[in-house]
Amino acid sequence: MPQPVIRASNLVKKYKDFAAVGGIDFEIAPGESFGFLGPNGAGKSTTMRMIGAVSTRTGGELEILGLDPDKYGPEVRSQLGVVPQQDNLDVDLRVRDNLIVYGRYFGLPTRTIAPRADELLGFAQLSDRAKARVEDLSGGMKRRLTIARALINDPKILLLDEPTTGLDPQARHILWDRLFRLKEQGTTLVLTTHYMDEAEQLCDRLVVVDKGSIMAEGSPADLIRRFSSREVLEVRFGGGRNEEVASQLGGIGDRHEVLPDRILVYSQDGEAELSRIHQLGLKPITSLVRRSSLEDVFLRLTGRSLIE
Amino acid sequence: MSVAAQPAAASSKVLGDLYARNAKSVMWRGYTATKTNTYLVIVSGFFEPVFYLLSMGIGLGALVGTVATTTGQEVPYAAFIAPALLAVSAMNGAVYDSTWNVFFKMNYAKLYEGMLATSLGPLDVALGEISLALARGALYAAGFMAVMQALGLNLAWSAILALPAVVLIAFGFAAVGMAITSYLKTFQQMDWINFFMLPMFLFSATFYPITVYPEPIQWIVQALPLWHGVELVRGLTTGALSTALLGHALYYVVMIAVGLVVTTRRLRHVFLD
Repeated sequence: MPQPVIRASNLVKKYKDFAAVGGIDFEIAPGESFGFLGPNGAGKSTTMRMIGAVSTRTGGELEILGLDPDKYGPEVRSQLGVVPQQDNLDVDLRVRDNLIVYGRYFGLPTRTIAPRADELLGFAQLSDRAKARVEDLSGGMKRRLTIARALINDPKILLLDEPTTGLDPQARHILWDRLFRLKEQGTTLVLTTHYMDEAEQLCDRLVVVDKGSIMAEGSPADLIRRFSSREVLEVRFGGGRNEEVASQLGGIGDRHEVLPDRILVYSQDGEAELSRIHQLGLKPITSLVRRSSLEDVFLRLTGRSLIE
Repeated sequence: MSVAAQPAAASSKVLGDLYARNAKSVMWRGYTATKTNTYLVIVSGFFEPVFYLLSMGIGLGALVGTVATTTGQEVPYAAFIAPALLAVSAMNGAVYDSTWNVFFKMNYAKLYEGMLATSLGPLDVALGEISLALARGALYAAGFMAVMQALGLNLAWSAILALPAVVLIAFGFAAVGMAITSYLKTFQQMDWINFFMLPMFLFSATFYPITVYPEPIQWIVQALPLWHGVELVRGLTTGALSTALLGHALYYVVMIAVGLVVTTRRLRHVFLD
């Protein structure tokens, strides 16, 4: 791996006695797209705030572009683009002014920012909205403007905290496409998400985090291979019968998980397992065979679902 | 990574990561926001003290006649209250900008959160926001002083010094107002600010000399900031110059210093924990 742009070792953040981040290690290479996958409260946002040099660590080491963010906050922040979990666009300013004013916070002259702002509005597909008011934009547009704003200082690293949470499917796909382009241009992306499809789409490599600790690390395909089977059969028996039926499924699939509403059977061949279940005389109300996903990895590692 | 990558300039900065010498970008943001939105709020701030002056100074003044200032000088009632109204409008403008406006930006618009994710430091944000409030306050003050001049209520050459005095007063209230606001969490707590401001406005020797009160009450009034502002401006517009004016100005210098230190610390604590 080339020289990492971000390096954390035994990174800890405590609020009084509660350890939001309990000693994690990771390195992120330049141009890499790196994800933190975990449920709400896993410590993802806290980690992002420490990387973003707006939160000081309680223990361990952290280096961003070779600098300690606790000592060189402004220098580190000047090289980062930040897309926070909740949009904090300036609603008193028009769309294009949001970019210009934000660029000036970095001490950049208007003659540098103005052409860049127009270019970024094009990138965010908001050129025709330059003079619009922020409150008149849709959720997806606001998110794209927030990303454009985060790029105004030409950052080396872009931090995205839950970039598509709360967006409708179409808006999410447009956003993913934009982020994928940035990735292709070589921007280092660091993102948190609790959506496995987002992690699969965008991350070269990710860590699965839960309760402030890293449970596993690898590429999405690698994690699925290591912690899950090729396919998953989902069967529903309804009316609280899942638990009872599950006890009769011994020997079917590599293993199975019982969730409140369904049973997941892990296997190389989901269809074959389904016919075996039918042979036992069991009749699921619905059945579905799908590829394994990061959701299954998470379930395996923590015994819980990502979205609760 | 090599140690040589550490920027040498950063370690020698006196204020460290608190100040990036870029408060002007925060002011510029405020100017752009004002330009984008309505001018009406700006205009209303000018008329309020003018209406007070016309109704009480001219109307009530006809019944009252003349009043003695602290130095014993007899002045027309309108000339007595006009400088007080000037100080009050500086206070009101500064307090509104540094409390309600700041409260909303901190807690709802998340504006400061966005600013502090850039290379700005908390002192840039505090100074930028306060300077903007001062620019607005100075504009009102200049307008009001023009009205005073037209009505013949500036009794001495030193009246021109009331303009910087008003900016000083506004600076003091804005710095302390922003510091207090940074501790407040709910709108109910914000109401306490009004609860404190109204009596201060009415009882700080604004509409009559402080000598009407028994001595213990006078001490209380003299401990409060507005009385110092009223005395300072009144001294300058009526020409009653004395060393006491320096004392009043010093009161505001202390307010500014304490307010800025507390505000910067609080912004750092809240947004850069």
